[in-house]
Amino acid sequence: MKIGVFICHCGSNIAGTVDCAAVAERASTYPDVVYATDIMYACAEPGQDAIIAAIKKHGLTGVVVASCTPRMHEPTFRKAVERAGVNRYMFEMANIREHVSWIGKDIEANTNKAAELVRMAAAKLRLDRELKPKSFPVTKRLLVIGGGVAGIQAALDAADAGLEVVMVEKQPTIGGKMAKLDKTFPTVDCSSCILGPRMVDVAQHPNITLYAYAELEEVSGYVGNFDVKIRKKATYVDWDKCTGCGLCTEKCPSKKSYDRFNEGVGPTTAIIIPFPQAIPKKASIEREYCRQFNKGKCGVCAKVCPTGAVNYEMQDETVEVKVGGIVAATGYDLVDWKVYSEYGGGRYPDVVTSLQYERMLSASGPTGGHVKRPSDGTEPVNVVFVQCVGSRDPSIGRPYCSGFCCMYTAKQAILTKDHIPGSQSYVFYMDIRSPGKGYDEFTRRVQEEYGARYVRGRVSMIYPKGGKLMVRGADTLMGTQVEVEADLVVLAVGAEASANSSALAEKLRISYDGYGFFMEGHPKLKPVETNTAGVFLAGSCQGLKDIPSSVAQGSAAAAKALGLLSRDMLDSDPQIASVSVNRCVGCRKCIEVCPFKAIQEVDMRGQPKAEVIETVCQGCGLCNATCPQGAIQLSHFTDNQILAEVEALCRF
Amino acid sequence: METVCLNRSDDAFVKAVEDESGQRVSRCYQCGNCTAGCPMSFTFDYSVSRIMRLIQAGQKEQVLSSGAVWLCAGCETCTQRCPNEINVAGVMDACRHIAGRERKFGARAVSAFFKAFMDSVRFNGRSHEVGTMALYMLYTGRVWTDVELAPKILPKGKMPLLPHRIAGRREVAEIISRFKQGLSDPDLVRAGLDAQGKSAKEAVS
Amino acid sequence: MSSINVGYFPGCSGLGTSMEYERSTRAVCRELGIGLREIPDWNCCGSTPAHSTDSALSAALASRVFAQGENAGIGDVITPCPSCLKNLRVALEHMEDPLFSARVEALTERPLKMQHSIRSVLQVMVEDVGTERIRGRVRRSLKGLKVVPYYGCLMTRPEKVMRFDDPENPVALDRLLEALGAEVLPFPLKTDCCGGSFSIPSRKVTPRLAGRILDMAGEVGADLVVVACPLCQMNLDLRQGQIRAGGIDRVLPVPYFTQLMARAFALPEADAAFNKLVEDIEPAFACMQRRAADIEAEERKAAAAEAEKARLAAERAAKAAEKAKDAGPDGAGAKSAGAKKTKGKADAGGGDV
Repeated sequence: MKIGVFICHCGSNIAGTVDCAAVAERASTYPDVVYATDIMYACAEPGQDAIIAAIKKHGLTGVVVASCTPRMHEPTFRKAVERAGVNRYMFEMANIREHVSWIGKDIEANTNKAAELVRMAAAKLRLDRELKPKSFPVTKRLLVIGGGVAGIQAALDAADAGLEVVMVEKQPTIGGKMAKLDKTFPTVDCSSCILGPRMVDVAQHPNITLYAYAELEEVSGYVGNFDVKIRKKATYVDWDKCTGCGLCTEKCPSKKSYDRFNEGVGPTTAIIIPFPQAIPKKASIEREYCRQFNKGKCGVCAKVCPTGAVNYEMQDETVEVKVGGIVAATGYDLVDWKVYSEYGGGRYPDVVTSLQYERMLSASGPTGGHVKRPSDGTEPVNVVFVQCVGSRDPSIGRPYCSGFCCMYTAKQAILTKDHIPGSQSYVFYMDIRSPGKGYDEFTRRVQEEYGARYVRGRVSMIYPKGGKLMVRGADTLMGTQVEVEADLVVLAVGAEASANSSALAEKLRISYDGYGFFMEGHPKLKPVETNTAGVFLAGSCQGLKDIPSSVAQGSAAAAKALGLLSRDMLDSDPQIASVSVNRCVGCRKCIEVCPFKAIQEVDMRGQPKAEVIETVCQGCGLCNATCPQGAIQLSHFTDNQILAEVEALCRF
Repeated sequence: METVCLNRSDDAFVKAVEDESGQRVSRCYQCGNCTAGCPMSFTFDYSVSRIMRLIQAGQKEQVLSSGAVWLCAGCETCTQRCPNEINVAGVMDACRHIAGRERKFGARAVSAFFKAFMDSVRFNGRSHEVGTMALYMLYTGRVWTDVELAPKILPKGKMPLLPHRIAGRREVAEIISRFKQGLSDPDLVRAGLDAQGKSAKEAVS
Repeated sequence: MSSINVGYFPGCSGLGTSMEYERSTRAVCRELGIGLREIPDWNCCGSTPAHSTDSALSAALASRVFAQGENAGIGDVITPCPSCLKNLRVALEHMEDPLFSARVEALTERPLKMQHSIRSVLQVMVEDVGTERIRGRVRRSLKGLKVVPYYGCLMTRPEKVMRFDDPENPVALDRLLEALGAEVLPFPLKTDCCGGSFSIPSRKVTPRLAGRILDMAGEVGADLVVVACPLCQMNLDLRQGQIRAGGIDRVLPVPYFTQLMARAFALPEADAAFNKLVEDIEPAFACMQRRAADIEAEERKAAAAEAEKARLAAERAAKAAEKAKDAGPDGAGAKSAGAKKTKGKADAGGGDV
C-alpha cells in the first residue's frame, strides 16, 4: 500500500499552534507512508489539486488528510480522491483542528498530539478496504409535520412541484399561531387575509393529504423510505359527513368550555369549529367539556346534526404512510407566564397575554374586534405593554430573546390607537430589537406618529388598586422609578419550543438543544437540514423566528426535500454491518440492541442466524460492540481497524 | 454633571465588591427591575440600577459616597426579581461594608442609627430600644426624633427604660471588639488557614 | 399528635415593643403542645445594623446564639421574628463556606459543633402543626372578621435562603387565618416593604411605605392587618398617627397572628395581650360579631330552605310511590316515563324523536 499524508494549515487555525511541517515529516516515517507534506488549505481548489497530483505522481492507493472535523470536509476529500481514481473509502481524516489546535496553546504538545492522530489514521487506512454503495428506490412523498405558516409553505411548494404531500396537524385546524393574529408587522396587513387563501390551497391541492387533529406516532425506516404511523385523534364527528354548517356549535348546551383557539378570551362550546376560516372546516368535540361524556346524557349535537355526523363511539385511528422525506414544522408555544407571581400569576383578569390581545383585536375574535377589559367589559384608556415576559430571563431558564415580541408589541400599540383613538399606550422594553426590513422604521412610527410612550426598563410588579392596575416600573434612561395607572396590561409573553418537541425529536432521531429547539445540520451552511438524512426543518421549531423567516425556511425545506426526492434512486451508505455466519451463534443480542430494527433472525440449515437488512442499517455500530462472538462487523469500522488505531496510539 | 472617564475604572474596587458580595456584577444587563421594585428608591440619590452600573464602570468614589448604599432597607425585592439572579441587596450590603471601612457615610443619620444600635448591643448583649434611641439622638443631635410616639407607647408598658443585660455581654462586646481590630479580615484569615494547612501537611509527612 | 420540642429564640423586641407577640406566641405554643426551650442567655442577632456593617460580624453574633443553644443541647431553633430568622439563617448558610466560617470563628473563638436549623414560628405552625390541627383547637371562631395578611419582606425573601412559601404571593398565613374562621381578603401588597428600621433615621419612609400598605388594606375592606414581624407591626401600628399625618386616612388595628390564634383558642385575655396594641382592636371584634350574627342568620335561613326543599321532594316521592302502588304492576313503567320527561326538559328541548 502507498499512503500519502497531507497536513493542512487551515490558515493559522491549525498552523498557529501546530508545527504542520514537523507533523508531515514525522508522518513520512509511518509504515506504508510514501509521501507526506503540509499544505495551506487542503480543502481549497489548489489543495485538492495538489492531493490529486500527488496521487498520480506517487501512485498513492490511500490518502490521509489531517485537518478539520470530518463533518466539515470528509465528503470534499472523498470526492477529490475519487477524481484521482482512488476508492472514496481508501481515505482517512485526522481531526487536528477541533481536537488539537483549537483547544490547546502548547505548540510542542499540540504537534505531538497531531502526529499521534495522523499515525492512528494511517494505521487504520492500511486495513481499509474498497467499498461500493448500492442504490435503492425512493418513495416520492413528503411528510410535513405541523400546519402553521412554515409547514403550509413547505407543503404548497413541494406539492406545486409535483410531489405528493401528507400534512399532519395536531390541532383541529391548520393555520398555527399566524391564524390567531389580527394583523402582521410591519405592514399591518390582515393576517387571515394573507394566510387564509394559503390554507384553502392546502385543503384543495390535489397533491396534499391533510390529517388534522392528528399526531405522529411512530417513524421507522430511513431516508427515501420512511414508514410513518399517524394517529388520528377521535373528533367524535365523522368528517366525511360533516358539512361545517355549525348548527351543533349553536345548540351545544355546554357553553363554558375553554376556547383554545381564542386563548381563553371568552368561553366556547364543547363541540367546536375553531374559527370561521378553519381548515378543515369541520366540527370536533372537546371531550373534557362535553356533557355526553361527562354526565352520560345530552346528545344535543347528534340530534341537531342534519347529516348525522356525530358519533360518540368514535375511536382514535392509526394510518400508515410511506414517505421519502420529512419536514418538521412544529412551531412554538408561549412560555408559562404564570410563574411571574409579581405580575399576578393569572389572578388579575385585566392582565392578558399578547396572543389573547390579538384575539381581542381580531374582528372574528370573541369580542368582535372590540378591545374590552375582561373584568368589566369597559374600553381601556391606558394600556401598558410589558416586553420580555419570559424572554431574556435566566432566572426562569429562558435566557434567549424570543425575537418577534418587540415588533408585535409595536404593532399592537398601533392597533390600540386605531381601535381606541383616545387611548394611550405605554411600552416597557429593555432593548428594541428590530433588524428586519422596514422594522426599525416601524418602531419609530409607533412612537412618532401614534404617540406610544416607550419606557426603557422592566416592570417589577403589577397589582390592582381601585379598579385599575398599578404598574411599577423603571425608566432607566431617566434613572428613576416610574408608575403607571393602567386599565389593561398586555404581557409580551416570550416563546419556547412547542410542548413535546423533544419527544418528537426522538421519534425523528434528530438532535435538539437544551430548550427543545431542533438542531440544524450546520448553524450557517445547513440551516434546514438535520443530522438525520431526509429530515428537514422549517419555522420556529428550529429557533424562534417571525413570519417572513418562517416562510423562507418553509420554502427552503421544500427545496431541499425536492432535491432529495427528485432522484429515482439513492445510494446507500456502504458503512453498514454484516454478519459472518460461521461465527454467529444466533444469540439475538444484536437484534435486541439495534435501534433501527435492521437485524432479523433467519434460519440457516436449522440454525438461527442474524441477518442485516442492508437498506435499514444506519451503521451505528451498536451490534458490532454487543456481539460476544465478534461475528457482526461494521464495514469501515471493523474490530481490526479500530484495534489498529488503538495499537498505533498505545505502541509504547 | 461630571464627565466620567471610562479609562479610570477602578478594577480593584469592582473585584472588592464582587468578593465581598459573592456576586458577578457583569451579569447585570441594566433592565432596571431592581429600581422598579425598590421601596426605598424615592430616598436614593442614585437608583439601584445606577449603582449597579457605576460598580460595573468601576466608579468607586461615586458608589461609596452615595446615600443609596446606606438607605437600602435590605428588603430583598431586587434580589427576588432580578432576572439574572444577582443578589442585588447583597451587592448593596457589600458596598456599605466597604464604605464603612473607608469611613464614608453617605447618609449620616442611617450610619448613626446603626452605630447606636450596635453600641447598645455591645453594652448589653441585646439591643435596648430606649437606649438605642437615646444614643441615636446623642450621635445625631436629632433630639426630637419620634418623640410624639412616646405618649402612645409608654403607657403600654412596652418600652422598659432599663436594658436586659445578659450574663455573656462581655463575650458579645469581645466579638465586636475583635471585629474592630480587623481579626475577621478575609486576607488575614486566609493566610492563617494556609499556614494551618501547611503545618497539617507537614505533620502528615 | 405527639408534642413538639424545640429551641426558642425570642429576639430582643420580644422584651419590649413586641411583647404581645412574645406572650401570645408562648401561650399558643403551650396550647398546641409545642415545648419551647429558650436558648440560655441569648444575645441580639445584630439585625440590619450588623449585616450592614459586615457579614462575618453578623454571623458571629448569630453564631454565639447557636453556641449558647449547643451548650444546652439545642440544635433546632424557632423564632417569631423574621429579621432574626433571616440573620440566623443567612449565617448558617454562609458558614458552609470554610473561609467564611473561619472568619466568624476568629470573632467568636467558639466553633460550632452541632448541626443547627432555624425556622419561624409561622413556619412551624403551618408545616409541623398544620392548619387542620389548628382548626380543631378553635373555640371562638373569628367568623365575620375580614382580615388581610401582611407577610413583610423577610418571611419569604430571599427565596433561596428562606425556602418558605411563594416569595411573591405567600399563602401560609392566609390558610392559618382561614382555619381560625376569619375571612381572608385578597391582598396584593402582602410582601411589600414597610420601611423596616429606616423609619427612625428617615421620617418620610413610614408614611409612604407603611401608608401604602395600610391604604390598600382599607381599600379592600379589611377590619385589620395581621402581621408576623415586630418591625412591621411597629411601623403599621405605633406609627399609624404619622401615616395619618401624611394624608392616608385609615384606622386599622394591626395584631400579630399569634394574638388572633390566642383569641380563637379562647385563651386568657392576658395571653392575647390585645391591650398592648396602639390602635384599639375591639371595634373590629364588635364588627366581626355583628357580621357573624348576620352570616349565621343567613346560614339558618339557607338551611331551612334546604330542609323545606328536601321535605317537598320526599312528599312528592311518597305520593308517586302511592300512585305506582295504585297503578299496579305497570307502575314501574309509568315512573320511568316520568323520569324521562324531566330529563328531556333539563336538556333544553329536542324531545325524543
